[in-house]
Amino acid sequence: MDVATLSNAQVNPNIPDFGPGDRVRVSAKVVEGDRERIQVFEGDVIRIRNGGPASTFTVRKIASGIGVERTFQRHSPRLDKVEVVRKGKVRRSRLYYLRGLRGRAARIKEAARTR
Amino acid sequence: MQAILGRKLGMTQVFTANGEARGVTVIEAGPCVVVQIKTRENDGYDAIQIGFGARKRINDPMRGHMKRLGQFQFLREVRVDDPNDYEIGQKLGAELFEEGDLIDVAGVSKGRGFAGGVKRHHFAGGPKTHGQSDRHRSPGSIGSGTTPGRVRKGLRMAGHMGDERVTVKNLKVFESNPDRGVLLIEGSVPGGVNGLLRIRKTGKKG
Repeated sequence: MDVATLSNAQVNPNIPDFGPGDRVRVSAKVVEGDRERIQVFEGDVIRIRNGGPASTFTVRKIASGIGVERTFQRHSPRLDKVEVVRKGKVRRSRLYYLRGLRGRAARIKEAARTR
Repeated sequence: MQAILGRKLGMTQVFTANGEARGVTVIEAGPCVVVQIKTRENDGYDAIQIGFGARKRINDPMRGHMKRLGQFQFLREVRVDDPNDYEIGQKLGAELFEEGDLIDVAGVSKGRGFAGGVKRHHFAGGPKTHGQSDRHRSPGSIGSGTTPGRVRKGLRMAGHMGDERVTVKNLKVFESNPDRGVLLIEGSVPGGVNGLLRIRKTGKKG
């Protein structure tokens, strides 16, 4: 029996399909005191972990010359939306090798528009 | 009502209203049916016997005992303050609990078989390197020498681990869903999937 179906588990409907290597713009809700605002994090998806309601994905970007990675809960209600900026062409599912690369070498080729 | 029986269905993850992730255990809680009422006058103590689960075959004495209430897999007794509050055939289930309640859950832990000291008592084991042989997970010394010339009673050693009754106290009910007969409990509970559980409100005997 699938345990997840027994809770009123929520699926976040604002999340499109994307894969490793895609550049995404994630709009996450951030609570500051009692105010809520939207914070945007844009970068390349380097990891997708499928686990039903516990699925996550990790986005990497270079912020002021420093690599920053952030992992999001795929179905979190704190994710306002995710936009796919560009599709990337990669040959593996976990792009950890990007961590050792900088600048031009760390680019991901854009996929042909035939997805 | 003080305690009901349930079955562990497994664990999953859910989000709270403000977006925090929680690991929860899903429990099929009830329906339990009151099969017998025991009174101080008759039996020396006040309790109800409740049935839970279903089995295909049942022998005649048990059929007579359960009357027409069903063919239960489990019969367990629960102490109650006043047996007059209950009647035979009454159904008890997830509706007894609501979100935020604190509960105690008892179950039978997973059996680990004959386990060594490292697993069973968190011993550190021996050194991994520096010329050590055959003592990586050994218990070390178990006592002194000629005096006292024996091993102290109660010294922790290897032996059977798990498969014993364990109660986890003060778990919080994340969600109660009587329509589906399901409880969501924050955190984990003893035993494997399909294990029998006994659920009671914290601070009450049962």
